[in-house]
Amino acid sequence: MIRTAISAVLLASATPVLAEIHEIAPGEGAQEALQEALILVEPGDEIVLAAGRYTITDGLSLDVDDVTLRGAGMDGTVLDFTTQQGAGEGLLVTSDNVTLRDFAVENPKGDGIKSKGADNIVYHRIRVTWTRGPHPENGAYAVYPVESTGVLIDGVKVTGASDAGIYVGQSNRITVRNSIAEANVAGIEIENSRNALVEHNIATRNTGGILVFDLPNLPVMGGGNVIVRNNLVVANDTPNFAPPGNIVAGVRRGTGIMVMANEDVLIEGNMLSGNPTAPVMVIAYVQPFEDERYNPLARNIVVGANAFDGGGYDPQLDGAEMLLAAFGGALPPIMWDGLGSLYVAGETPGWTLNLTEAGVGLGAARPGPLAAPAPEGEFDDSGIGAPAELDDRLG
Amino acid sequence: MKLGSALLGLAALSLTVAATGQAVPPIDRDEVINSQKLPRSLREFGFFIDPAAQVPDQRVVPYRLNTPLYSDGADKLRFVYLPEGEKISLGQDGLLQFPVGSALIKTFAFGEGDDRRLIETRVLLHRADGWLALPYLWDDEQWDARLAVAGARIDLTTPKGEAISYRVPNKNQCKECHGLDGAVTPIGPKARNLSSEWLEANLGSLPAHADLMPVWEDRASATPEAAARAYLDVNCAHCHRPGATASNSGLDLRWEQDDPKALGIMKRPVAAGRGAGTHLFDVVPGKPGESILLHRMLSNDPGVAMPELGKATVDEEGTEAIRKWIAGMPQS
Repeated sequence: MIRTAISAVLLASATPVLAEIHEIAPGEGAQEALQEALILVEPGDEIVLAAGRYTITDGLSLDVDDVTLRGAGMDGTVLDFTTQQGAGEGLLVTSDNVTLRDFAVENPKGDGIKSKGADNIVYHRIRVTWTRGPHPENGAYAVYPVESTGVLIDGVKVTGASDAGIYVGQSNRITVRNSIAEANVAGIEIENSRNALVEHNIATRNTGGILVFDLPNLPVMGGGNVIVRNNLVVANDTPNFAPPGNIVAGVRRGTGIMVMANEDVLIEGNMLSGNPTAPVMVIAYVQPFEDERYNPLARNIVVGANAFDGGGYDPQLDGAEMLLAAFGGALPPIMWDGLGSLYVAGETPGWTLNLTEAGVGLGAARPGPLAAPAPEGEFDDSGIGAPAELDDRLG
Repeated sequence: MKLGSALLGLAALSLTVAATGQAVPPIDRDEVINSQKLPRSLREFGFFIDPAAQVPDQRVVPYRLNTPLYSDGADKLRFVYLPEGEKISLGQDGLLQFPVGSALIKTFAFGEGDDRRLIETRVLLHRADGWLALPYLWDDEQWDARLAVAGARIDLTTPKGEAISYRVPNKNQCKECHGLDGAVTPIGPKARNLSSEWLEANLGSLPAHADLMPVWEDRASATPEAAARAYLDVNCAHCHRPGATASNSGLDLRWEQDDPKALGIMKRPVAAGRGAGTHLFDVVPGKPGESILLHRMLSNDPGVAMPELGKATVDEEGTEAIRKWIAGMPQS
C-alpha cells in the first residue's frame, strides 16, 4: 500500500505539467481576453476560440513557442477586422512551432496573418477573406509567412488580397497544399524561397494563379528548388488590381503559373484551363537592378506533363493581335522570354520572345515557336517541402 | 471622490502600521526588477517619490534624447535606474549597455501644467535572462499605473487639438519595436543621440560618436540631411534594419547606413501592398510627392500608415523634415 503511494507520487512528478487550454468566447471583452491569452499562454498550451464573430479593432500578436490557436471552423469562428484601427496586420506570429487552425480572418486593414521568423508553423483550415472581393485597398497578403524555416499551409482559403493570397517569402522548407486561392492578384506566390512544394491547390479567378519569384535587394535571395504539381489553375482572369508600385502589379491578367528568376523549378501534373495570357510563363526579372548577388535569370526550369485546355486566347501583351494572328488564334501554352534555361517534356508547344539580355524590355523581342530541350534526367526533389513532422499537427 | 480615495489610502496605511506594529517595509527595488514576476503596478518599483508629479527617486536619473520618437505629440519623461555600484558602458552601434538589474522608464503624458495627464509608463527591465518590456496604464486618479499586458485604447486630444484613440501597446507590440535578433533590447539611448553633458556625467567620460544627432528643436541649424536621417533612425530604424521586425523589407534606415539602395533611394517596395499608393519607389530624389516612404508617413490609414504602431496622427514636423531632405536630393 505504501509502496503504491510512493510510486504514484514518483509517477506524478515525472509527468510533465499538463498543457492548459484557454477558452475564449465572443462578446464583450473578447478582444482583450484573446490578446491577453496570446501573451500569457505557456508553451504547449492551446487557445480555443468558440464559434461566433469576434470584433477586433487592433492587431493581435503571438510571441510564445509551441502554441495552438484553434477555432471552431473557418466558417464558425470569425475574427472580424472591419473596424481595425491600428497595426499592419490582423494577427502577427513571431514564435516557433505554432499551429493556427480552423478560424477565419475577415477584412484586415493590412495583411491577414503574418508570421515572421516563425519556424515550423502550420496554417490549417484557415480562411482569410476581404469580403468586398477584389479591390486595390484590400490588404496585401492574406496568409504571409516570411523569413521562416518549416512552413506548412494546408486547407487554407484566401480571397481578395491586393497582392498575394498565400505569400511565402524569404523562407525554406515549405508546403502549400489543398488550398483555394480565389480572386487575389496573385493566388499563391513563393518569393525568394527555397525547397517549396505547391500541390493539390485550386487557383482561380486571380490575375495570376501561382507565381514563383526571386527579387533583388532582399536579405534572402537565390530562390529555387520549387515543385508546382497537381494543381488546378483555372480561369485566372481578374484584371490586375494591385497598387502600381508592387511587383505583382506587372503580372498580366490571365497568367496561370509564372516563374520569374529562380533556379530548379518543376511544373508538372497541373491542369491549366482558361488562362487567357499564358498558362505557363517563364521569364527573367524584368526591372533594372544593381545587386551583384542577384541572378535575374530563370535557370533549369522544367515543364513536365501538364494538362492544358484553352489558354493564351486573349493575351494582355503588347502586339497581342499580331501574336494571335501569327500563332493561329491563340498562343501556345508555354511562354518563355528566351533567357536562362528551360526544359519541356513531351510535345507541349510553346513560344519564345527570343530575348538575348535581361532587363531591357520587350523591344528586342523576336517572337517565334519554342523548341526547348527535353529534361535531362529526373528532377531532384530531395529536401523539398515542409518537414514531415509538421503533418502530425493536422487532423 | 479624489479626496475620499486618498483618505481610504491613509486609513489602509495606518491599519498596516497598527497591525504589524511597524512601518511598511521599504521597497526592495532590485528584488522587484530581478524577480521572475510581472509587477502588477508601477508603485511596486518605487521609481518615483511622487509618481503623479513624476518626481524620481534620487537613484533614478532623467535623460532626454536629442531627436526623440514621435508619439502623437505626447510629452515623454525618460528615466534610467542603475543598481548600486553599477556602471553604464558602451556597446555596438553606440548603444549604451545597462547592467543586469537596470531599468529604463518612460512616461507618456498629454496636457500642460495642471491639466497634464499621465497616460502610460513603459518599463524595460534588464533581468538575468534578458530585457523585459512591460506597459503600465495610469488610473484616472493619477495615483498609480497598473500592468496592462494586452494594452489599451484611450480617447484623448493631442497638443495640436486632434481627438484620437491613443493606443497603449500590448506586451508583444513592445517587442515589435524593441526586438532585435529575437531578443528585446533598448533602442533609444545611443551615444549619438544623447548630449555630451549627460554622457560625461553618467558614463564618466565622453564616448566616441557622441551627441551627433541634432537636437530636434534646433534642427533648423542642422543640415536637412542630418535632421531627416536622425528622424528616420529614431522613428523607423528599430524595425527597418537587419534582424528587426521589418528586416524582410530590405530597407535599412539606420544613421550609419550609407548605401542609397538600403536607404530606399530608387528602391522598389517588396511587401508594401496598398501602402505603396500609386508610387514605384521608396524615395525618388527631388520628388517627395512620388516617394512611398513619405506617402506612408503622411497616412493615418492602418495598412498604409508608417510607423505601424504608436501613431494615430501624422507628425507634421517630422514629415516636413523628410520632405525637405528628399526635395533637396539631386535628381539623376
